[in-house]
Amino acid sequence: MSEEKSLEKVKAGKEKWDQGSVQKTLSKAPERRKTFTSISNIPVERLYTPWDVANLDYGNDLGFPGEYPFTRGVQPTMYRGRFWTMRQYAGFGSAAESNERYRYLLQQGQTGLSVAFDLPTQAGYDSDHPLSMGEVGKVGVAIDSIEDMRVLFDSIPLDKVTTSMTINAPATVLLAMYLAIAEEQGVPFDKVGGTVQNDILKEITVRGQYIYPPKPSMRLTVDLIDYCFKNVPKWNSISISGYHIREAGSTAGQEMAFTLADGIAYVQACVERGMAVDSFAPRLSFFFNSFTNVLEEVAKFRAGRRYWARVMKERFGAKDPRSMMMRYHVQTGGVTLTAQQPLNNVVRVALQAYAAALGGCQSLHTNSYDEALCLPTQDAVTVALRTQQIVAEESGAADTIDPLAGSYFVEAMTDKIEAEIDDYIKKIDAMGGTLTAIEQGFVQREIQNSAYRFQREIESTERVYVGINKYTMEEPPPTNLLKVDMSVGEVEEAKLKKMRAGRDAGKWKAALDHLREVSQSDQNVMPAVIEAVKAKATVGEICDVWRSIYGEYRPKEFV
Amino acid sequence: MAQERKIKIIVAKPGLDGHDRGAKLLARIFAEAGMEVVYTGLRQTPEMIVETALQEDADVVGMSSLSGVHNYFFPRAVELLKEKGLDDVLVVGGGIIPREDVDGLKNAGVKAIFGPGTDTNDIVTFIKDNVRN
Repeated sequence: MSEEKSLEKVKAGKEKWDQGSVQKTLSKAPERRKTFTSISNIPVERLYTPWDVANLDYGNDLGFPGEYPFTRGVQPTMYRGRFWTMRQYAGFGSAAESNERYRYLLQQGQTGLSVAFDLPTQAGYDSDHPLSMGEVGKVGVAIDSIEDMRVLFDSIPLDKVTTSMTINAPATVLLAMYLAIAEEQGVPFDKVGGTVQNDILKEITVRGQYIYPPKPSMRLTVDLIDYCFKNVPKWNSISISGYHIREAGSTAGQEMAFTLADGIAYVQACVERGMAVDSFAPRLSFFFNSFTNVLEEVAKFRAGRRYWARVMKERFGAKDPRSMMMRYHVQTGGVTLTAQQPLNNVVRVALQAYAAALGGCQSLHTNSYDEALCLPTQDAVTVALRTQQIVAEESGAADTIDPLAGSYFVEAMTDKIEAEIDDYIKKIDAMGGTLTAIEQGFVQREIQNSAYRFQREIESTERVYVGINKYTMEEPPPTNLLKVDMSVGEVEEAKLKKMRAGRDAGKWKAALDHLREVSQSDQNVMPAVIEAVKAKATVGEICDVWRSIYGEYRPKEFV
Repeated sequence: MAQERKIKIIVAKPGLDGHDRGAKLLARIFAEAGMEVVYTGLRQTPEMIVETALQEDADVVGMSSLSGVHNYFFPRAVELLKEKGLDDVLVVGGGIIPREDVDGLKNAGVKAIFGPGTDTNDIVTFIKDNVRN
């Protein structure tokens, strides 16, 4: 075969080059280091040739955009049709302050909203709970009741924007509030679009915002998915998240592997509920990180898309191509940002956003350069949004699809990461699935080991981090940091007290009683949750109903 | 004279913050540096942290916070330690702590604040140099 012949020729040529030109150069000038590795510790060779991708079968392994196995992208025209959704995660202080920031971002050309909730809301506590002390309105907006939600989306038409909500354990409650507000605005449920994170497995593994034990948590997760596919067809009912896995220290391959393992667990749970795979799978979405090593990130995204397509088709027997698409949001890497020389972060974010675009994301959040110092200021947020607008409009990355395909290196890396994903999935399957692997601490330990290795590499200066272990300098203290008003807590408490005093107590009690009844049965909880939020039951009160039925989760700590 | 006792350190996550990468990493590094480490896990109130310090007869309490609640939690823990007569327990903190808050925390009795990018060897050294004898 002539193709084989030409490959042999390449191989022979490379050997000759290695022994000739390379050796000659090395004898005079050694390379910077003995071995080169990516930030995820994947070995990187001096040169890649057709020999490294000799097994690549174009039709089977790459295919065409919008077609199985979706390696090259999930849509036939990708960003030539329209850019990814530019969606900056934001929220702080009161609902009114956050509403103001959202309206500012929409004016600046942002195309979707992304709501950050404060930690009490995420953990299912009201603003006046003792554990909420000091946390109200800090890392996100404080939402206690439907009244706050109404203010949050004031003058924002919910049929015109899509909204992503980073909410997990109480996802049903916040979605219920959102739907109730849509109804008030006269927007029918089938016109409402957006995403709830609703991914409890990664909360248990790495993010820490869990409430109930895994089993009842999974029940609420599946209830939401089930309700959405029947009633809110444009809603992404889960965003299976690798972002936080990576932030916790995993490698790129681990991020993708553990996320897809979680995905498999959710699909399995829905199938076990009796849902047909093609009914709900098209609404599954994912959420990933993007670090500064552009080529490795692109390979990660491509490997993930291909692997997920195969899982859905081969393992779950999906027929609808939409069920096989790994559609995902990307956020640039929060942990890659340095408090030292913070303006350098603008460059990191630009490279990470470029990687996300070359990798084929569906939506993107670009971090603000000051996030290792404080919550982002408006100026920093504007630069972050402009960064992705520059990538979209000026870099050319959006004009042709999957432009790095065919690069010997990127294809070899894609294969390598896919093999790593497959290894992990097989290991996790052998343990009896993700839930067991998490309970045994396997996933946590793998991530922590990677975090540890990375830290040691930085401290031994084996790996360079600009501004941290090389090119350091004395700096004056940073100025212009965002301060959240410390009185938010008191204001929210007072507002909550007033709301509780003014609501119809009979209606409120009846709604919570009904919710309790439904929660103890096999019925889907969503309609009862919607009824409860309309009766002004708070996030904390609804979550307390479930706490009393399901108990609270205390994970084993694996250090 | 008794042989040198191992330094006992409580690594704690106050409040609702779930960012525990730093806390867990340091727990491991302290153990490798020869200390005895108790990691509290998440969602600790100052009361819970101080109770653990008391029960474990700890020499050091290290708290990590990335959600902006350090100004409430860190001084409160110091205060409670004093109330329990544990004045000589070394208290240190880390996480996302704005530089302008550092002096206030130090005045309140937190002996050192370690921000992002700190070399963990420096933290170990600081603890060894400042822990009670």
